[in-house]
Amino acid sequence: MKINSLSDFFVTGDPLIYGADVAIGLTMVAVVLVLTLFKRWGWLWREWLTTVDHKRIGIMYVIASLLMLFRGGMDALLMRTQLAMPDMEFLKPDHYNSIFTTHGVIMILFMAMPLMFGLFNLVVPLQIGARDVAFPFLNSLSFWLFFMGAMLFNLSFVIGGSPDAGWLSYPPLSERMFSPGVGQDFYIWGIQISGIGSLMTGINFIVTILKMRAPGMKLMKMPMFSWSVLSSCLTIILAFPILTVTLALLFIDRYFGAHFFTLDGGGNPMMYINLIWMWGHPEVYIVILPAFGIFSEVVATFSRKKLFGYKSMVFALMSISLFSFFTWAHHFFTMGSGADVNAFFALTTMLIAIPTGVKVFNWLFTMFRGKITFESPMLWTMGFIPCFVVGGMTGVLLSVAPADFQFHNSYFLIAHFHQVLIGGVAFGYFSGLYYWWPKVFGFKLNEKIGKYAFWFWNIGFYVCFMPQYVLGLMGMTRRVSTYGWDSGWWEWNFVSTIGGFLMGIGFLFQVWQILHSIKFMERVSGDPWNGRTLEWSIPSPAPAYNFATIPQVQERDDWWATKERKAQGVPEQPRAPLEPIHMPKNSGIPIIMSAFWFMAGFGLVFDWLWIAIPGLIGVAGSMLAHSFNYNTDYYIPVDEIESTEAAAGRVV
Amino acid sequence: MKWTGMYRRIAALMTMVLTAVLLAGCSDVVVLNPKGSIGQQQMDLILISTVLCLVVVVPVLVLTFWIAWRYRKREKDQAAYQPNWDHSTKLETIWWGIPIIIIAILAVITVQYTYKLEPSKPIESEAKPITIQVTSLDWKWLFFYPEQGIATVNYLKFPSNVPVQFELTSDAPMNSFWIPQLGGQIYTMSGMAMKLHLIADEPGEYKGAGANFSGKDFGQMNFVATATSQADFDQWVREVKQSYPSLTKEGYTELAKPGTSLVRSFSSFPQGLFNEIVTKYQVDGQSGHHHGGAEASSGDAKAKDGAAGSDADGHDMSGHDMSGMTDHDMSAMTDQDMTSHNHNG
Repeated sequence: MKINSLSDFFVTGDPLIYGADVAIGLTMVAVVLVLTLFKRWGWLWREWLTTVDHKRIGIMYVIASLLMLFRGGMDALLMRTQLAMPDMEFLKPDHYNSIFTTHGVIMILFMAMPLMFGLFNLVVPLQIGARDVAFPFLNSLSFWLFFMGAMLFNLSFVIGGSPDAGWLSYPPLSERMFSPGVGQDFYIWGIQISGIGSLMTGINFIVTILKMRAPGMKLMKMPMFSWSVLSSCLTIILAFPILTVTLALLFIDRYFGAHFFTLDGGGNPMMYINLIWMWGHPEVYIVILPAFGIFSEVVATFSRKKLFGYKSMVFALMSISLFSFFTWAHHFFTMGSGADVNAFFALTTMLIAIPTGVKVFNWLFTMFRGKITFESPMLWTMGFIPCFVVGGMTGVLLSVAPADFQFHNSYFLIAHFHQVLIGGVAFGYFSGLYYWWPKVFGFKLNEKIGKYAFWFWNIGFYVCFMPQYVLGLMGMTRRVSTYGWDSGWWEWNFVSTIGGFLMGIGFLFQVWQILHSIKFMERVSGDPWNGRTLEWSIPSPAPAYNFATIPQVQERDDWWATKERKAQGVPEQPRAPLEPIHMPKNSGIPIIMSAFWFMAGFGLVFDWLWIAIPGLIGVAGSMLAHSFNYNTDYYIPVDEIESTEAAAGRVV
Repeated sequence: MKWTGMYRRIAALMTMVLTAVLLAGCSDVVVLNPKGSIGQQQMDLILISTVLCLVVVVPVLVLTFWIAWRYRKREKDQAAYQPNWDHSTKLETIWWGIPIIIIAILAVITVQYTYKLEPSKPIESEAKPITIQVTSLDWKWLFFYPEQGIATVNYLKFPSNVPVQFELTSDAPMNSFWIPQLGGQIYTMSGMAMKLHLIADEPGEYKGAGANFSGKDFGQMNFVATATSQADFDQWVREVKQSYPSLTKEGYTELAKPGTSLVRSFSSFPQGLFNEIVTKYQVDGQSGHHHGGAEASSGDAKAKDGAAGSDADGHDMSGHDMSGMTDHDMSAMTDQDMTSHNHNG
């Protein structure tokens, strides 16, 4: 039994955690009260929790990921506060260790991934002229598995104790011998449960993109964002099984006392490091590729020009997702695998710089001879390009194996990956959120507040991370919780902390921007940015069925071409007559099955089989119930489509 | 080789220019202020690759801001607008070509340096190398000097201008042994002995760190590596042999327990202890994990340990009777003696 007393169960002893306990408790009470007071429980269940509509699932992903961004960001600011001055005693080493662990896990797996899935859901079906994803039920299940996994992971904050062996949880440190607490088990099961969801989302969107494009949309006429989603999802389905197996082996070590990665008994911890990076490296490309897609859409729209070098872009996306599987060992050149191995992985890593560099040139030449305007989405793209170019450059420096012996494990590395992950992924997803926000909600976000947010983020980023490159060269290693006055590091650390808080202010501006824009909502048309692709051809927000009649695609930027034809007075093709639309029915099974997964995970974390086994039985029962449920679809009648379209101001 | 000569010249030039700029009053930037040939070559490589990258990056940054400014939407005098211009084989060939060329150059340099700076490769020098066996523990460093028969905790001394061959292992979660001013790091991993060769070009105190997270107090695993003259080194070895206790097996077990430690010295250590640590976790019939590049096999380590052991034994018999003192007493004494060396303390 891992739990001997109540104080092992509830995390105690730290005033910061008590404060958080109170805040979490109050928030939950408030949510329950509001829902009860306004009689919204039924609405919440029918309209949201059981929905299989990709647009609503997308919105739920975005909300969850922004909450996780808040938590991951708080972790970051706590760390930066601790490092602001030498010999700080704000956080003790073990507390600091769990904070950098949860910061990493949350930002990658529970912030970047769901924000990315949110954008997939909000955009892809609309962009390819589909009425939903290929497997709407599975889509809902994916979301709830992610959500329950994330909640299980976050629960470790108040119950049992957080994991503290780093975001990739290297053994033997993460084995029971060195981490006897339940934190590692929360880590394993939180990630495992949400990982199943990620894998299913990958499959879902591959099938959606390959099978559900509107007639006439050949692959080479597909918008670049959808291409990037395809390349990202292909990477997901090849990479995530590795993660699942690796963590399963770690679980077997911890739970059954096996010796896959242990120090003793013939275990090989280095095997884990190889395996986890075979997933981990593709993972960073999984999150950056869709950002590349977003920039491609935004640059073309706001330059009012076709995307330059479409074929090059497709080729670059696909080759990046392929190469991403052959670079994993560059995360541990210092393991001493020898010159042959290091040279191979140095070269494969450098190769990726080529297609990535080509993409930058193509974006620049999309802007070249355009008519560029700098609304929020374009602003974030403009923030991205220089940031990513420099971050990419330091990535190439890190790939030079013998030089990496000096960069590895230092703040130079920290600065590099934050530059590509914030400058690339976060800026990219923000750009995408601002770009598609009006499509999703029917109103734009306030531009003026958005500009403040952008500048705080952008300046804050450089103030925070440029000093960290210097700190790396000064020999400051990652994950140290404090340092002495004699190290000469404190000025740079202090500046870096200021930058961190500037980004925090940027985030607050974004929250204010959203609230302000909801309050002073100004409705927009279906095509507020003068867009180019199919999603802009339908009302904002899109009706439940997306397209009243499925469009016939002729061109690459089909909606732009349609608008041009209209301007030239070319008569429109007669539309097909309306027909009843076949739609999937909502289902409560995904959330229930995921709740059982949560239960099973929770039981396995504490070795409480009396919780785990009923949980697993519940999972099996939910599957069975769904297998025998034949009442899964319905038709929207023509008159309802007509009235919906008329309400959106469209003649059909 | 002609190419290598040119790199060296480019590197020398860059080094002069960039170090002048970067290090003006900033000797704390240890990676760019190397004091040994390995660190020096790694810095050269860092500077060469930086310059090569900047050749592309700077024009791209300039181009970005120029294009954004030039082609912004304007009320009047809109610059040329070609909404349908989306392909040019000539242009695309150019920007597939530029990164390919730069990466090709960088690749050649990288591969050359990867073989040249392979950490298990001995440093060419007239001086006979000294061997130091490194063990990372929770959360301290233990250093054996097999040739001298002494051991230290959390501090290192060796003569300057003499190549140091580090043999590294771990009796705890993996760590990484890093003395930035002398050269890059290498992991210390249980069940195997890695090799790292470094050399200090001048006497001095160089900060070292445990660079890889290994649990609660890994942040305390800093140490100072002092390079001295050969005479000072020999003097220090004599001092340690005369004034400090031996490390016993039990003493090691105690030392290996999780916890931090101040600097300590031991006049001797049990024969073959390093080899025992390396092979400790091996299952019978299993030859242990070997990494291709690290040729320091456990057999190799054994041979050295054997030599060390006899040396240590000889020393033990030389008449310092410490049997009356417990290990604890000794460590208390040593800690007090050596606190001045501990920059953490």
